Amino acid sequence: MVTDHIPGRLIAVEGLDGSGKSTQIHLLYQWLNGLGCKVFFSEWNSSSIVRSATRKGKKKQLLTPTTFSLIHATDFADRYERQILPMLEAGYIVLCDRYIYTSFARDGVRGCDSHWLRKLYGFARHPHITLYFELPLETALGRILEGRPQLKYFEAGMDLNLSGDIYESFRIFQGRVKEQYDAMAEEFGFTVIDASQHIHVQQESVREMIEEKIDLPRFKLRVKR
Amino acid sequence: MSEKKCYGNPPPHVDLSRLSGFLIVIEGPDSSGRSTQTRMLSNWLEQRGYAVVQTGLLRSPIVGPALEAAKQGNVLSPRTMSLFYATDFYDQLENTIVPALRAGYIVLADRYVYTLQARDLVRGADPGWVESLYSMAIVPDAVFFLMASSRNLVERTLTANQLLDYWESGMDIGISRNWFESFIRYQRRLRVEFKNLQEKYGFEIVDANRSVNAIQKGLRAHVETVLHDTRSVLG
Repeated sequence: MVTDHIPGRLIAVEGLDGSGKSTQIHLLYQWLNGLGCKVFFSEWNSSSIVRSATRKGKKKQLLTPTTFSLIHATDFADRYERQILPMLEAGYIVLCDRYIYTSFARDGVRGCDSHWLRKLYGFARHPHITLYFELPLETALGRILEGRPQLKYFEAGMDLNLSGDIYESFRIFQGRVKEQYDAMAEEFGFTVIDASQHIHVQQESVREMIEEKIDLPRFKLRVKR
Repeated sequence: MSEKKCYGNPPPHVDLSRLSGFLIVIEGPDSSGRSTQTRMLSNWLEQRGYAVVQTGLLRSPIVGPALEAAKQGNVLSPRTMSLFYATDFYDQLENTIVPALRAGYIVLADRYVYTLQARDLVRGADPGWVESLYSMAIVPDAVFFLMASSRNLVERTLTANQLLDYWESGMDIGISRNWFESFIRYQRRLRVEFKNLQEKYGFEIVDANRSVNAIQKGLRAHVETVLHDTRSVLG
């Protein structure tokens, strides 16, 4: 894993679907942007080049745990090498909604070898700060399942044959993903945020922590907008 | 029945038992006569009553088309290309090669993980990373590497296509602005990587500077031994 010095700062958020992490990182982005910092946001599974392949495989349910994992690694590598790393070298604060730990958790549950996964993503540096939005499984499930949404096949872990019922499959799958996250929290030194608190309260404590750990004035844009 | 194994751990949920077919790999650069030799071998095996399935690179329906398109624009980083190729490879391994081996076919692979590794290594990939990436590949029953001199490769390529291929000339690496020189030097570097891989994985080197028929004759003799040896183990 890459650890050498780099001018930028990398912040990642991780957590279950329904943990509110995307909301939190959005608010974080708004705050940093408002302060006049150089900030860049990148989302898991969003590379335009890789997307067509991912969509095809997912739609036709053609992916195995191995190809599912590799196609996400392809997406990540594209974003990492063309955006995330250059941004860090240019002294940006890079915010990632999900990072390599999402693969470790989900692909781990799908049966991929954990050593193989860590090697696969060995080219990526660990974030300076990884925020893990932790909350009880039932709360996370409740937020997502309330209103009986259309769940996607892979999102619900249907490929694992956990249950014929997509909602039940989602519950079991999310439970296992949470176990993986909880186990990684110590291994990778996640900063655990209690995601059952009020949104505003969480954001306050996140901002406080970031202000403490990152010398924000250093990351202000030189060119005034 | 030949016992199949992978270089490292097998892919999750892939059952390696009862794979009664044979996996035979033909490796070599473009214009080494690889595809011609594979086709001839396939016909010969089928004439002898063995069912054959052919695989190659970029044939997976998931990533094949996307990768072809991306190659045209040349916008992917080497690592993204590696991972795209790896996805394509494992898709074929799990959905074509393993089922065919289970059904008792002879799988003729027109290139395998060695070409993929050599290309990555020439482009500066970390050897440990590449090795781990492909560690779930099934160990073939035989691997033949068609080795030809760069001069011969150039001549054959130009005779067939009247131009040198961008990727096969390694133009993406920036070795030289001169295509001919880039081709020669890129192929030479590939050959060095192949030699290292050969020491590690132990494949059979076939002199591809000879005539099509001479090469084919040699290949058939080798394949005969592979099929025979494994049968006699069966009793």
